[in-house]
Amino acid sequence: MIYMSLTPSEIDALLISLRASFFATLFGLPFAILIAYVLARFRFPGHGLLNVVVHLPLVLPPVVTGYLLLLTLGRKAPLGAALETCCGIVFSFRWTGAALAAGIMAFPLIVRAVRLSIEAVDTRLEQSALTLGAHPVWVFLTITLPLALPGIVAGAILGFAKALGEFGATITFVSNIPGETQTLPSAIYSYTQIPNGDGPALRLVIIAIVISMAALFASEAMARRVKTRTIS
Amino acid sequence: MKGLEIAVTHTIGSFSLSLEFRSSAHLLAVGGPSGSGKTTLVNMISGLITPHSGMIRINGAKVFDSDKKINIPVHKRRIGYVFQDGRLFPHLNVRSNLLYGKWFTRKDSAIEFETVVKFLGLESLLSRGTAQLSGGERQRVAIGRALLSAPELLLMDEPLASLDQARKNDILPYIERLRDEIKIPIVYVSHNAQEIHRLADEILMLKDGTVESISANDKS
Repeated sequence: MIYMSLTPSEIDALLISLRASFFATLFGLPFAILIAYVLARFRFPGHGLLNVVVHLPLVLPPVVTGYLLLLTLGRKAPLGAALETCCGIVFSFRWTGAALAAGIMAFPLIVRAVRLSIEAVDTRLEQSALTLGAHPVWVFLTITLPLALPGIVAGAILGFAKALGEFGATITFVSNIPGETQTLPSAIYSYTQIPNGDGPALRLVIIAIVISMAALFASEAMARRVKTRTIS
Repeated sequence: MKGLEIAVTHTIGSFSLSLEFRSSAHLLAVGGPSGSGKTTLVNMISGLITPHSGMIRINGAKVFDSDKKINIPVHKRRIGYVFQDGRLFPHLNVRSNLLYGKWFTRKDSAIEFETVVKFLGLESLLSRGTAQLSGGERQRVAIGRALLSAPELLLMDEPLASLDQARKNDILPYIERLRDEIKIPIVYVSHNAQEIHRLADEILMLKDGTVESISANDKS
């Protein structure tokens, strides 16, 4: 019923948020799994530095992350310009930029969850698979990954929820353009800045709460389901 | 040449190991007190541990030679390894555990699935999850899984140590038949003198990381 009473611009904000968060998680997850695996299983010079860099978005003011993105991937920045010329990829002031900013902010959370679950996988099982003739890549795909699946699913859903709530980096990097880069949080922010904006703001607030809670419940339920399947 | 030829040195912390022997026994039992280097030896044969220097030859083929920089990775050594704790994959049922190694071996690998299942009496367990197996059943599945990876050599590291005497007596006949009927050399680690005496063709005794003795076992 709430959806029925939303205005087109509110629906736009909701859809942009969902789309940006979905792609942020989709593209972020493989990298997060890779980095989590490297951090969990290997010791090398620079291990600590990599760990810090991955976690940086968690502790930096989001506006800093957004500004750094603008400096590197803005259309006038060398890297941003190069991406546009070579592959037609533009991030700044597009919903893709909102997805990128959200993905970077959610990345540490996903890596943490995945790393913990990979560390919980018994390395002796991986050794056992090696002795059965499995190449290390197959060991990862058939043993490590399935056994770590509860944490991976939980991490992905948590990352999605975090991406959905991203505000500071997004508004700094891609601004707050209705219909293009205005996400749920930036729409709420806009409504709180105008007279009589309380109604629409509250409607979006309720949606944000519902989606976040659903994501958390789903994360728990998926983890439980995979766990029971693993045991039986 | 069937069998095993080893001359290696290795150090782990303050423990140093220097082993040299050859054996072409069907079943070579490796005994000695704990800390004498038994598990380190089988881990070196499997490739899970790389010795500091030396040479390891399995059935005539060099899998490790520090001088010639040969070090065949674990997954290419074609070693079946039965661990003390079974190490079955908890997310796969018994059938999938058994077939795991088959994915990575050639189709014409020596032993048929049905043969192994029958040999180890696993018919009724195939669709079970690994959590529903007793200790003895787990070890039988672990043995079957190793056999089905078409190994050149079978390593068994205290495969019965976690079982009570009754379960041990259940499994010992399987290992005897394995030794007599399936022509894969076996290296069998145990600290149990009775077990060694019953199973071994040849006995290698280790002490403080060196070979104390190697001699034929008089089973009479």
